[in-house]
Amino acid sequence: MKLVTAVIKPHKWEEVREALETFGVTGMTVSEVSGYGRQKGHTEVYRGAEYDIALVPKIRIEIVIDDGDVDDVVGIVVKAAQTGRIGDGKVWVSSIDSVIRVRTGDRDEAAI
Amino acid sequence: MSSPLLTTLAVAEHNTGDTAWLLASAALVMLMAPGLALFYGGMVRSKSVLNMIMMVFGALAVVSIVWVLVGYSIAFGDDVVGGLFGDPFQYLGFKGMLEDVVSSEGGLPVTAFAIFQGLFAVITCGLVAGAIADRTRFGTWLVFAAIWTILVYAPIAHWIFDFSAGEHVGGWMANKLGALDFAGGTAVEITSGASGLAVALVLGTRIGFGREPMKPHNLTLVMLGAGLLWFGWFGFNAGSALSAGNTAAIVFVNTLMAGCTGCLAWLLVERIRDGHATSFGAASGVVAGLVAITPACGFVTPLGAMVVGAAAGLVCAVAIGWKYKFGYDDSLDVVGVHLVGGLVGTLLIGLLATAKVGSVDGLLYGGGLDQLGKQLVACLATFAYAFVVSGLLALALDRTIGFRVDEEHELSGVDLVIHAETAYDLHAATGGARPHLGGGGHLGGSS
Amino acid sequence: MDGYYAWMLIATALVLMMTVPALALFYGGMSRSKSVLNMMMMSYVSAAIVGIVYVLWGWSMSWGSKEVLGGAFTNPFEFFGLKDVGHETYITMAFQMTFAIITAALISGAIADRVKFSAWVIFLPLWVTLSYFPLSHMVFSCTEDSWICGRQGAQDYAGGTAVHINAGIAALVLVLIIGKRVGFGKQPMKPHNLTLTMLGAGLLWMGWYGFNVGSIVFAGATDEERTAQFMTETGLTFVNTTLATMAAILGWLLVERILHGKATSLGAASGIVAGLVAITPAAGAVDVGGAIAIGAVAGAVCAWAVGLKYKFGLDDSLDVVGVHLVGGIIGTLMIGLFSSQAVDGLFYGGGLDSLWAQTKGVLIAIAWSGVATAILGYAIKFTIGWRISEEDEVDGIDFAEHGESAYDLASSSGGVSPSALTASKEGAHA
Repeated sequence: MKLVTAVIKPHKWEEVREALETFGVTGMTVSEVSGYGRQKGHTEVYRGAEYDIALVPKIRIEIVIDDGDVDDVVGIVVKAAQTGRIGDGKVWVSSIDSVIRVRTGDRDEAAI
Repeated sequence: MSSPLLTTLAVAEHNTGDTAWLLASAALVMLMAPGLALFYGGMVRSKSVLNMIMMVFGALAVVSIVWVLVGYSIAFGDDVVGGLFGDPFQYLGFKGMLEDVVSSEGGLPVTAFAIFQGLFAVITCGLVAGAIADRTRFGTWLVFAAIWTILVYAPIAHWIFDFSAGEHVGGWMANKLGALDFAGGTAVEITSGASGLAVALVLGTRIGFGREPMKPHNLTLVMLGAGLLWFGWFGFNAGSALSAGNTAAIVFVNTLMAGCTGCLAWLLVERIRDGHATSFGAASGVVAGLVAITPACGFVTPLGAMVVGAAAGLVCAVAIGWKYKFGYDDSLDVVGVHLVGGLVGTLLIGLLATAKVGSVDGLLYGGGLDQLGKQLVACLATFAYAFVVSGLLALALDRTIGFRVDEEHELSGVDLVIHAETAYDLHAATGGARPHLGGGGHLGGSS
Repeated sequence: MDGYYAWMLIATALVLMMTVPALALFYGGMSRSKSVLNMMMMSYVSAAIVGIVYVLWGWSMSWGSKEVLGGAFTNPFEFFGLKDVGHETYITMAFQMTFAIITAALISGAIADRVKFSAWVIFLPLWVTLSYFPLSHMVFSCTEDSWICGRQGAQDYAGGTAVHINAGIAALVLVLIIGKRVGFGKQPMKPHNLTLTMLGAGLLWMGWYGFNVGSIVFAGATDEERTAQFMTETGLTFVNTTLATMAAILGWLLVERILHGKATSLGAASGIVAGLVAITPAAGAVDVGGAIAIGAVAGAVCAWAVGLKYKFGLDDSLDVVGVHLVGGIIGTLMIGLFSSQAVDGLFYGGGLDSLWAQTKGVLIAIAWSGVATAILGYAIKFTIGWRISEEDEVDGIDFAEHGESAYDLASSSGGVSPSALTASKEGAHA
């Protein structure tokens, strides 16, 4: 089992969700987050004062899937979230040891 | 017994229309206090919004009491020290004012006039609080408000608002100098701005000032506050006509127009300088226009009012940047908007006044430089007095009982430290969407 | 008539308060948190721009003495910049100005979240010139030839046609021209802060007393006659305004309860506005029974009508059409049934004359406003364009157009939290 975590631009979230749903992903956890990447630090003028702005709003999606679906799911997310411009985000995949469904107590593959 | 409002005791009849308008105006000016509290409250960070609102509500409570006890008497009693202030004992505790007496101009209850003026003192004091946001001890602020009303506001109000009539001798600025100020460019706007500057200098800058962005935490409150201020300002300015007649109507229109042009001018500056027309700018521009038209509203035409408002919007939008250059933490731009806007409006009377509306022609209407000179003297005197006395008062309080909170408390937020409250608890409000840690009630019955 | 003068000063302040801040709050709370500031700004600049335009040529174009097109409007240059307007007329002028301001601001609710601020700033002065000033002449400046009041004899106490139908039709036309928000009909676009909406609705109700009760027009010549009219008519319009609003809240909540199972706070707030809209033309024409009937019908019908936008795929975002157009038509037409003061309506033995006059008034308002707004809407669409980019719309118009976001609440209990630093889109260049 793998955990796919994607941090993407907020306006791409709806497209990504639709694409994943079409593929057959049944559930995910989504949060509003902020962060920055390589090109951090730019200044912005507001009410006559200059500010250094570090963080940018993003959407973080977390999906737990079978090992076999990883390449498909990552491909779908990347394709749907891409604008080709800087700041499109990142996707990473990590292994997880165990998954339990709270309602039934099902474990691992059965709980996904 | 010879204040302007008590001269002709013989007149028996109240003018009901004028009285209705004055009472409604007083209520409108009172509404400016919560309006200001919201306007300021939205501008500070979320950890200090309650303290900001409390400073204005505290001013409302303290200044009103002081005004009834002695403030009104100092402002509108007979002159006692060569024009500096009125006899503090003449109307002590509204003494002798509760009988059914009426004004020389035709029938206003003197108590209505007195409390209308008292609410001006409230709002002026409340304005000062904006310069010292996030870092002030609440108890010291209340003490400051009381003494400041007696030492700073009431004397200046005496100078400019108390007109001589019959045996009554009023203040020097209105009567001897002949400066024009319809509703408080000097006594309210310049006084609050100069006092704010002085107190901000005594207290010093907030931790992180100039390095961290200290952006408004809730701009919807700022917009709400600005709207209520504009609404209340009609009572402030048009109520100062003390009569529901043509003067009130002209003042009303001027107050509307200056708010309009102030708003647009500020947005224009922002659009050019920063690239965005902001809602914060719209709210500030409205207030800047209103500040500037306050002294001028009874002396200029609606087109003149548009010029006054636009000038204030332009100048104030630039002036609020000065605090970063000079390093004084005028947190919510009391100096940039009220001092600067008050100066703009009070001085522009010297250019734009016309006898068609008021009684005097300014420079552009062929009146020469005479009036402009008088306006300048009034501005300088008000600024110097308010700045020095407020500064000394703040310094004295700071050295004795302490004016500023501890560094640790400032960082963790004055709301929690001083008032034991936080303004928002929105996670529980979203209900089903998030875990309901606050909703203990669910544990008992349903499950 | 000092008392009348005092009242008009207060009424004028009340009507301005309806736009700034009441309508701004009412609409702002209904929009999403990423676009609340833009929504409020549309009301604020409406006050600023329309106010100035009104002094320059608006008053002259609505209330001048030289009629154009047989009573459609008056010469805009006659009183340009209040030239030759006596000071005694100023408060009447200011009162009328605040009507123009709120009418224009009402439209903004239909095109929430997606319109360039610059396009709105250009639209405002042109729209009031082409649509509001003529209609206000036709309705309020009641000369013999003025199209709606004079020629048709339609009754409209405070602006069912010139204000509400006018704004409602303009909203409908702009929605057709500008199109839907991204995700309309698919994503829930729920109000982000209903406390603002409730506050705004409450302030609108208070301000509406200035709007309706201040709209008294004197008939008599002598001071005594005028005083007598003032003392009686203001009571009637005040009570009618109150009762219709109360009935509309209940009407709206009842329909909601039946159709969707729940009585909502948004429904109560919208019911207030629907009732006020419908009683606006009828405030001086009906008795208390008529007022309750008009309010109840408006509340119930508008509650149903606001659902139609999903059926037709029209993104009238904050229900300007469903409330102001529908409510305005209901109120204006129901005068024909319930009128009982100067004219008798159908239910009071007056026959169909009044209803026919009201119908013609409604049709003229719809046609004039529809054509004027369509011309202007397309002109802007094909020149500078109405819409912001799709990315800006989804990320939030507040930041894209104004460089701000409304809330920064995260630091409520602590120091500077990361979110205090997150306001930038440009920072996305990571």
